[in-house]
Amino acid sequence: MHTATYYIDLLLSGITVGSLYALIAIGYTMVYGILRLINFAHGDIFMMAGFFMVYASASMPMAVSIPVVLVMTVLLGVLIERAAYKPLRSAPRMSVMISAIGVSYLLQNLATYITGGLARPYPEIALLKKTLAVGSLNVKVITIVTPLLTILLVVALVLFINHTKTGMAMRAVSKDFDTARLMGIKVNNVISATFVIGSFLAGVGSILYFSNYGQVSPMIGAMPGLKAFVAAVFGGIGSIPGAVLGAYIIGVCESLIKANDTIAIFSNAFTFALLILVLLFKPNGMFGEKLTEKV
Amino acid sequence: MMGNKKRDFILSLILAAVITALLVYVDKEMHYSMLASVIQKASIYALLAVSLNLLNGFTGLFSLGQAGFMMLGAYTYAILTIPLEQHASVYQYFNGGIVNICLPAFVGVIAAGIVAVIFAWLVGKPCLKLKSDYLAIATLGFAEILRALIQWEVLGPVTNASNILKKFPKFDSILTPVIVCAFCIFLVVLLINSSYGRAFKAIREDEIAAEAMGINLAKTKMQAFLTSAFFAGVGGALLAMFQASVQARSFTSAMTYEILLIVVIGGIGSITGSIIGSFLYIASSEWWLRFLDDSQTYLGVNIPFMRGGFRMVVFSVVIMLIVLFYRQGIMGTREFSWQGIIDFFKKPFAKRKRKAVEDNG
Repeated sequence: MHTATYYIDLLLSGITVGSLYALIAIGYTMVYGILRLINFAHGDIFMMAGFFMVYASASMPMAVSIPVVLVMTVLLGVLIERAAYKPLRSAPRMSVMISAIGVSYLLQNLATYITGGLARPYPEIALLKKTLAVGSLNVKVITIVTPLLTILLVVALVLFINHTKTGMAMRAVSKDFDTARLMGIKVNNVISATFVIGSFLAGVGSILYFSNYGQVSPMIGAMPGLKAFVAAVFGGIGSIPGAVLGAYIIGVCESLIKANDTIAIFSNAFTFALLILVLLFKPNGMFGEKLTEKV
Repeated sequence: MMGNKKRDFILSLILAAVITALLVYVDKEMHYSMLASVIQKASIYALLAVSLNLLNGFTGLFSLGQAGFMMLGAYTYAILTIPLEQHASVYQYFNGGIVNICLPAFVGVIAAGIVAVIFAWLVGKPCLKLKSDYLAIATLGFAEILRALIQWEVLGPVTNASNILKKFPKFDSILTPVIVCAFCIFLVVLLINSSYGRAFKAIREDEIAAEAMGINLAKTKMQAFLTSAFFAGVGGALLAMFQASVQARSFTSAMTYEILLIVVIGGIGSITGSIIGSFLYIASSEWWLRFLDDSQTYLGVNIPFMRGGFRMVVFSVVIMLIVLFYRQGIMGTREFSWQGIIDFFKKPFAKRKRKAVEDNG
């Protein structure tokens, strides 16, 4: 049998992955809460953030590249919203979703074109690469930093949404789009703010994820993106704590499944099985609001 | 009106004869040309696009599980039709596998559709009551689960796990896929024009109103879902025959997106649109736009940005433009009709005539 260290190791790596899913899931859940749109391009924004870093770090010191990457990611997110979703505001939901799929397709092809389709090594961030010895465990700094930073950002975000004017506007728009507009809320600004926050968190997530993973490739965003979406559904779409909890559950389960060779191939399938179970038995997720369709 | 019907019938016969003659010529004279390969692949994609359009365009069910059903079809066909003497070499890691039958190709294709239907029933039973985007993500999830299942080592003796399946019968003529796909699409057209088709459209327009009119939502949605899965399975089997090999790795959600984009280009809710869309899409991506991938020199100027992958960038930009500014696609919800074509050609003349009349008056 395996030792306790082995399981603690698995648990830690699960928590790391879960934190990253949480950072991406927040982008999904906030956009869905406000626009009722599954932003299929969100996973690809995460991937593009990885490539921004590869190119930025080639010409700038790390301390400069990190903020540059975050700013670029935010700009990309807002640009996508303005160019691809805003013109379809009054179109049927299916059109907007197709537009999101189209953007995802465009970003993947663009990344393939620019990089020649090859995986690029991700620059090392010296601080995150160090290992610490805790008793018999050798823990990488990144394994500790990731969950701490995630929790910090989530707490900050929840405070922002509950205690600022913009946060209140966001809550109002997600409750009722049209009424919020009648109350004088600038809906387009609120939507842009949502994309800024979502893309910023995806940018932070990408730095942590790729530092751990070591390389970026054009198709890498799709799977973490979908998993983060499942996490958002699991927690109840629109609920930030729910998305974070869902992400941690998925991360830990996935890490345990991957450790067992016979069923390792189901590590992705498990996430979707979980999604289907949640949709069947608790369609509004763990913390979601109940929605009824109006005639 | 009777005259029109007769005229349309004769025109259709002529068109069919011309197309058949062209196909026979292409098949005889340039069997290995790019044109022949585009014709085969595009007709298969036309069938796949029509099967997806039946759900997305006609029933209003946003499903993204098409690649999963295609994969089931392709695998069923491959597993059932690999000649017995080839089993040892194909299933080399699994002692020749445990499937010891070899069926004729057409039985394999039908079996492909049936297996897809069985799984579609299992998927549809819990999922079809979900609302639009949840249905999309759930069907997409099911396709991913199926893909993992097929690659599972334990099922290796049947599915060859993540190894390639090959050496099954292929097309002997480019007419085969065209005829099979045309026949299947014809069946879909008949279905859409029947009372079932009207029930599908009623659900698309307004679910609640359709239910109030006495349409059994669960049953009708399931009918559309199963029909779509059947043709996706058949299409998957044909795709396997065209490619001469099957591997689960290629049936990703990107494949579903590709078919969805074809449907969008052609017009959501138009069979003709899906057919035109798939021929345009396949011909452009495989053939006409190939030149964008090679760096070339025009008028003595080397264009530096034309290199591998540029074609797909141009392609996705065009698709985004269609999605944003030309949302109804090529055909919208209109269908092909001879009257429509005649009117289309008459229009400029008619306008001119009317103008002449106005000027004189």
